[in-house]
Amino acid sequence: MSTPTDKVDFSISAEASLTSRKDASLASLMWKHPSVFWGGLLLVIMVLIAVFGPMLASDPVAIHPIVRLKVPSAEFWFGTDYLGRNVLSRVIYGARVSLVVGLAVAIVAVVFGLMIGLVSGYMRWLDAIIMRVMDGLMAIPGILLAIALISLSGATLFTVIIAIVIPEIPRVVRLVRAVVLTVREEPYVEAAIAAGTRTHLILLRHILPNTIAPLIVQATYICGSAMLTESILGFLGAGIPPEIPSWGNIMSEGRTYFQLSPWIIFFPGIALALTVLAVNTVGDGLRDTLDPRIARKM
Amino acid sequence: MLRWTRRHVLAAAAVLASVVAGPALPAQAESVLRVIPHADLKNLDPIWTTAYITRNHGYLIYDTLFAMNEKFEPQPQMVDTYEVSDDKMTWTFKLRDGLKFHDGADVTSDDVIASLKRWGARDGMGQQLMSAMGEMVAVDASTFQFKLKEPFGLVLESIGKISSNVPFIMPKRVAETDPFKQIDDYTGSGPFVFVKEDWVPGSKVVYKKFADYKPRSEAPDAASGGKIAKVDRVEWTYFPDQTTAMNALINGEVDYFEQPANDLAPLLAANEDLVVEVNDPLGSIGFARFNNLLPPFDKAEVRRAAIMAMKQEDYMQGAVGDQKYWKTCYSVYPCGTPLENDIGSEVMATGDIDKAKAALSAAGYDGTPVVIMQPTDIPLLSAFSLISAEKLRNIGMKVDVQAMDWSTLTSRRAKRDPVADGGWNIFHTWWIGADVMDPMSIAFSGDPEKGWFGWPKDEELEAARSAYSKAKSAEEKKVSAEKVQERLWAIGASGELGQFFTPVAYKNNVKGLIKSPVQFFWNMSVE
Amino acid sequence: MVFYILKRILATIPVMGVVALFVFLMLRLSPGDPAAVIAGDYATAEDIIRIRENLGLNDPIVVQFTKWIGQLIRGDLGISIFTNLPVSTLIAQRLEPTIMLSLTTIIFTIVVAIPLGTLAAWKQGSLIDRAVMLFSVAGFSIPVFVLGYILIYIVSIQLRWLPVQGYKSMFTDGVIPFFRHIILPTVTLSVIFIALIARMTRASVMEVLQEDYVRTARAKGQSEFKVLMKHAVRNAAVPIVTVIGLGIALLIGGVVVTESVYNIPGLGRLVLDAVLKRDYPIIQGLILLFSFVYILINLLIDLSYTLFDPRIKY
Repeated sequence: MSTPTDKVDFSISAEASLTSRKDASLASLMWKHPSVFWGGLLLVIMVLIAVFGPMLASDPVAIHPIVRLKVPSAEFWFGTDYLGRNVLSRVIYGARVSLVVGLAVAIVAVVFGLMIGLVSGYMRWLDAIIMRVMDGLMAIPGILLAIALISLSGATLFTVIIAIVIPEIPRVVRLVRAVVLTVREEPYVEAAIAAGTRTHLILLRHILPNTIAPLIVQATYICGSAMLTESILGFLGAGIPPEIPSWGNIMSEGRTYFQLSPWIIFFPGIALALTVLAVNTVGDGLRDTLDPRIARKM
Repeated sequence: MLRWTRRHVLAAAAVLASVVAGPALPAQAESVLRVIPHADLKNLDPIWTTAYITRNHGYLIYDTLFAMNEKFEPQPQMVDTYEVSDDKMTWTFKLRDGLKFHDGADVTSDDVIASLKRWGARDGMGQQLMSAMGEMVAVDASTFQFKLKEPFGLVLESIGKISSNVPFIMPKRVAETDPFKQIDDYTGSGPFVFVKEDWVPGSKVVYKKFADYKPRSEAPDAASGGKIAKVDRVEWTYFPDQTTAMNALINGEVDYFEQPANDLAPLLAANEDLVVEVNDPLGSIGFARFNNLLPPFDKAEVRRAAIMAMKQEDYMQGAVGDQKYWKTCYSVYPCGTPLENDIGSEVMATGDIDKAKAALSAAGYDGTPVVIMQPTDIPLLSAFSLISAEKLRNIGMKVDVQAMDWSTLTSRRAKRDPVADGGWNIFHTWWIGADVMDPMSIAFSGDPEKGWFGWPKDEELEAARSAYSKAKSAEEKKVSAEKVQERLWAIGASGELGQFFTPVAYKNNVKGLIKSPVQFFWNMSVE
Repeated sequence: MVFYILKRILATIPVMGVVALFVFLMLRLSPGDPAAVIAGDYATAEDIIRIRENLGLNDPIVVQFTKWIGQLIRGDLGISIFTNLPVSTLIAQRLEPTIMLSLTTIIFTIVVAIPLGTLAAWKQGSLIDRAVMLFSVAGFSIPVFVLGYILIYIVSIQLRWLPVQGYKSMFTDGVIPFFRHIILPTVTLSVIFIALIARMTRASVMEVLQEDYVRTARAKGQSEFKVLMKHAVRNAAVPIVTVIGLGIALLIGGVVVTESVYNIPGLGRLVLDAVLKRDYPIIQGLILLFSFVYILINLLIDLSYTLFDPRIKY
């Protein structure tokens, strides 16, 4: 399906994107967008928790049926779940899992999307086939596709990541392809082609740099939505193996206890919402800064 | 060209009126019992599947020849009178007068014989009855005979079986369906009629009262006695989400919640309009099942060591919670049933990590990893799996918990292959008490060819089970049943994780609930 | 123009083909065995083998695929393994709740999101703008099921304003019961959608407001309202409509969750059930149906561009 938005104007010439990135020093970004500052700060805190938290917290999978479903207290800050596991430890450990899922999905989706998109945008004879496959993939609702893929391959951290990645790839491919189509019309690229520069050099030197800005923005959104998708898959019983305390799994196991022991869902829910909020805010800030066409108007 | 007749116009007007005014109320309001069943009714053939939900459906629309009372004694239900020859080899039964199928036809001996044949091809106990059976003869339209070729001590117990597969009586034309294909005609002779037009698989099942049903005159007593439909309609609405189901009951949108999670019981009980109680006196028994074909559980000593670590209190506390709803039980037959005993059960009662550890090292465990299949869509079994993993790790075993959904588990547990080719070492499940009350249950089989997943092999066990089926007196039965239990603990066929009771919850205007391990809907009314 | 429409319609055929192949392979290679699930707890290995044969699961994959495509072409989606009913019947039974929920969600979203987004763009940087932006980011961050539980707890259990669950048909149960039952699911499902559309609207309108012709219109002294309505919103329609089209996929995913939480007997629950039970024919039928709807809607949207934006000519 080629919609007119395929040709959305991503005309950031190499020079323009260079200068805009120079402007985008961290300080000025923070200054212009206070929400980005708070979002970034939150994200940094979450990353620190994910990296160092598990060293300090108690064992997130140790079972103590005697203290099951305890309300938050001095001993268990976030309470305990139905097996008497410490919800605080689980939420801390879950930060690691969720961030890994978010990051991994974003990176894998962007890398594959970039490669396929470059090929599709540059080698016109392959374009039709690739885009039909991408359209087919896009037409299958992402959550359904992911559930089906996970039940196909068995639920492991790896398969869940792949299942979330696959529906994201077509979107990246379309974005990259749109950039390629626009950039290759630019005079300096046409000149390079006319001068007989080899294809891979043109892709590397002229086209790739132009995809970076929109891809970084896209990657942050994918990262946020991947964390949400992970929690929904957990809720539907088709996510990461429940032995691994991801936020989605903690909430999913707390479903039955929502009115009896709301803390089991509340704390991971807040953690998830804040993290996704932080990622999306940072994404917005990056978009405004890296995409000068919109940013100019802010 | 569509011509608008007067009828069209009237119909259109009626539709319009109903849209504006809401549904037209029937002249006399029908009484409806709105139920949240324990599972979704996936298929409708209680002979083809053993699913408990399909069995409950069967009890609504079919009737049985005999039925168990609360003491688990078979009582005549469709049968009026019966005679046994002195050698107990010829049984003659006469059906009650006036029994009718939902299509108006009389229930005849031919229907009965065809139904028993189909059931006997699928059900474990039915297969045993059929292998002892010489022939079944229709003497006249309402009289039929069993002529046994070898003695069988459980004739009435098998045709009066309370749980899956229940020998329900269907019309001959339906009962002649291949036992391995599902039936597609749902005509029965029970107190309710299945309303096919209103069936939404995965969501809603509707039954209406069968006006021509002739109940027995006795008071209802578990499955036996008079089955009187006291409501015009029974509507099952399946809820995949426990929280939503609980809220629907609290908000008065349904009348009866068959199986709320035990942990929700206090929240429901706190509501003064609701009654929460245990209705199944036998409860269910948690099982940890070992694969006897693969190391490390191919050795009885290793299995017994693992069982010694399985402290029932920990499983029950973690998976069931409130102590009101569970008790420890070290008999293989549920506590509170006639065959309960304590022979050989010390191994299960141990519940001690250190002793288990010592037993394991004495058994010569070589570090082979244990694959536990964890069905994550069933919270109770998911918890059992996690607790077992922790126990086995504590006694020094290497454990690999593999998460999957129940449907994957059911297909994988049938595999006898090594772990590398998709095999397994342990899975968890539960049996309702009524299903493991006597040695005939497939859960207690010691024959790896015909037995249940896990495939323990023990000839002494099989001999004792066979002796039970041929036993002529209660005393002989007791002796063989104890022998069966002794062997089961000696070979460590399964770990038993405790006896637990799931409450039912309902609005206090629902009356007439029958105490039984199986959920029945006759005699229930909404006032 | 006619040529373009024809071309676009033909272009959907290979896409459907890709979907069909993908769906078929994905499910047939899955490890769960429906025969074992059907056979139940007491089944022996022999029972399972017999059931597999009865279901035709033992045929070579190519044979199964050819059979399946042949059926599809005749409009036959197959028979559900578990319920023994035609898949088309099962889908028909559950079509209404899902269509109605999707419609109410789309309408509610458009009614709320487009004015909000426009307002935010117009009053850029104001408190309203910030509130809208905060909501639109927050809307993306809350898992749908958590929102659903919170709404049920407050609105139905504490305040007792609306029923907890279920679906009532507008046609057979009446209009008022219909709305009472569909309000909460609609709001739950709309939040993420509103967030998406409000953002998109804001961005698009903001962009249009910078265009020369809008400046000219303003300079000519046209009222702000007229400028907004006549120029900004109309010209921003293309990207907004595109996002609505893309959002359909999001909506279908959300329907699965929302229907579970509110116990609505719709297609979303049907597909989830079918996946958990490995009822292949239902899963295949539904994924095909959802994909078909998605492709159809995006086709319509493509064609609608000519309507919204006179600059796009074919």
